[in-house]
Amino acid sequence: MLDSAISIFTAGRNMARIFEGLGVTLKISMISVLLSVLLGVPSGLLMSSKIRFCRLFFKLYLEFIRIMPILVLLFLFYYSLSSVFSINLPAMAVAILVFTLWGTAEMADLVRGAVTSLPKHQWESSRAIGLTEPQLNIYVIVPQAIRRLLPGVINLTTRMIKTTPFVFFINIPDLVKVAQQIVEVTGMKNLLASVWVYGLIFFIYFAICYPISLFSHYLEKVWQD
Amino acid sequence: MSPNDQVILKITDLKKRFDQTDVLNGISLDVRQGEVTVIIGPSGCGKSTLLRCLNGLEPINSGQIELNGQLLTAPGTDWSTVRQKIGMVFQNYELFPHLNVINNILLGPMKVQKRPRAEALAEAESWLDRVGLKDRALSYPRQLSGGQKQRVAIVRALCMAPEIMLFDEVTASLDPEMVREVLDVMLNLAKGGLTMLIVTHEMAFAKAVADRIIFMDDGLIVEQANPEDFFNHPESERAQRFLNIFQFGRVHRDKN
Amino acid sequence: MDFQFIVRVSPMFVKGAWLTVSLAFWGLVLSLTIGLFCALVRYWRWPVISRLAGVYIELARNTPLMIQLFFLYYGLPRLGVLLEGRTCAIVGLAFLGGGYMAEAIRGGLTAVSRGQIEAGLSIGFKRFDLLRYVILPQALAVSLPAITATCIFLIKETSVFSIVALPDLMYVAKDLLKEGHSTESNLLLVLSYLVIILPVSLVFGYLERRVRFAGFGD
Repeated sequence: MLDSAISIFTAGRNMARIFEGLGVTLKISMISVLLSVLLGVPSGLLMSSKIRFCRLFFKLYLEFIRIMPILVLLFLFYYSLSSVFSINLPAMAVAILVFTLWGTAEMADLVRGAVTSLPKHQWESSRAIGLTEPQLNIYVIVPQAIRRLLPGVINLTTRMIKTTPFVFFINIPDLVKVAQQIVEVTGMKNLLASVWVYGLIFFIYFAICYPISLFSHYLEKVWQD
Repeated sequence: MSPNDQVILKITDLKKRFDQTDVLNGISLDVRQGEVTVIIGPSGCGKSTLLRCLNGLEPINSGQIELNGQLLTAPGTDWSTVRQKIGMVFQNYELFPHLNVINNILLGPMKVQKRPRAEALAEAESWLDRVGLKDRALSYPRQLSGGQKQRVAIVRALCMAPEIMLFDEVTASLDPEMVREVLDVMLNLAKGGLTMLIVTHEMAFAKAVADRIIFMDDGLIVEQANPEDFFNHPESERAQRFLNIFQFGRVHRDKN
Repeated sequence: MDFQFIVRVSPMFVKGAWLTVSLAFWGLVLSLTIGLFCALVRYWRWPVISRLAGVYIELARNTPLMIQLFFLYYGLPRLGVLLEGRTCAIVGLAFLGGGYMAEAIRGGLTAVSRGQIEAGLSIGFKRFDLLRYVILPQALAVSLPAITATCIFLIKETSVFSIVALPDLMYVAKDLLKEGHSTESNLLLVLSYLVIILPVSLVFGYLERRVRFAGFGD
């Protein structure tokens, strides 16, 4: 049984292709997380601001993104964008765009949660000991907000990684697509190909996501007030 | 208020250890039917742990507890049955937040003792009336003040028709103006002849309600006496020192 | 906008939506059952089973549903276990959801204080009744937002079921791409998911508010 596994993973460029697929998967998720954080922080601050229009707009946006399956959004942007607006984006760009739209919404909500959950007396007591506004932000608010945010951001990262298989549907050669191709080619001769290949992919995802989520749990525990 | 001679609860050489720390170092105590026993002592002396051992919330390391002749420390004790005979009231009330007052009280009688609702309800309402909370039967715990919650908690324990009631610092979390309403309920229960074992820091109340004061320190019973003797002439040096904490000498300021 | 097209294909979307709903329903029911069981096993620290449940929860939560489905649908038959698409979909969703639900419910269980448990024990409750009358009602109320989020997440995850050859909403939309009209079919797709998920979101939102006002957490 084991030699059937060895024969698949040593044959041709199979292993190299799996790593290339993994590279695509990680690239999409990392770029999207980065963009989501960059866009999500200002959006979150707007969301927690006093401007009613901003709050309402982001609330609606967040609700829509939360309700729509990511896969539907991918379809929408991949197939409808071109036909309605005559914009032809490459699949990779669509994937990153959709993941960033989703990530920004989640990130904004995390920021809003972190900022609004800080007790008011943090501001009051900082002013009471005579800190200036910039000092107050640098030494008191930002460090605490980051502590509250970071576990959520890490959690969002693993969710991104676990959602990347959806790009399979718009024909991006990610880990899943590569796996499927390998199974298609070797499956005829090697009966256990699907077991080994999909099993391997399963554990690759686990090996990436599990340590990250452990780290997030660790941070949550250490930073608990 | 005169307890008869029948011993209802008999504790013999009870020992309890948490990790490496000895909390109870051999407690022996008899509680008679209808007796009100008040346990006092500095914090960490083991008085709360003693109460919690009596209804099995804390397992003990050695010693014996007998309730009406039944050995509770024997293996295979059915604590569910035992706990129905031992009512317990906690410092933080511990009313069930998802149930209103009347359902808090009825939960035990109906679901544990399987008594018919009508009968349990009649009893619950009469107790609520006696503690002055008849009109709050449909309120939820969060709508009550601390003193009201604690009175409901006492009624909840009473409706199980216990043979003895344990009170674990029941006024320690209350605002000063609510302490009285809870203590008054307990005084009335004492007058009614209920067997009570009370852990408290309220010295004046202890003096008023107790048939006997038990003074504990370092997991041991250091002194026991009737309240007049104990508060006026404590025998042990440790009890004297403890009671002194509650005295304030007049400050004499030099005005020269 | 080609309305004739919309009228013609709408019944296909209704059929697809119905399949999505029925698969999601059974997936959710099983997820909650598995989740509750695992959460309780972890809560009571049953030897061995608690460990196994822990491993399962981490596996389910740290791998994508699509890979789980691929393995069930294409891998298992080669090992002699043949599952039809429908079964694969429900089993896959339950495997994934069970892990998430277990964590959601466990969060609520650990939020019930030691004092509440002792109060329940002191009026004579035994383990099962204590759970039923004291612990679970409070735990589920605390868990409700997490359970809601998980339910919606799982319904959204059903969108991948077309990979195990099930004619669900995505399958219908993908199929219609061949005919052009991607705007119309994508619009119907978005509408269908709105019609399915929005009511769920609203009902749970209402439940959460009710539980909050029913006297919890003072």
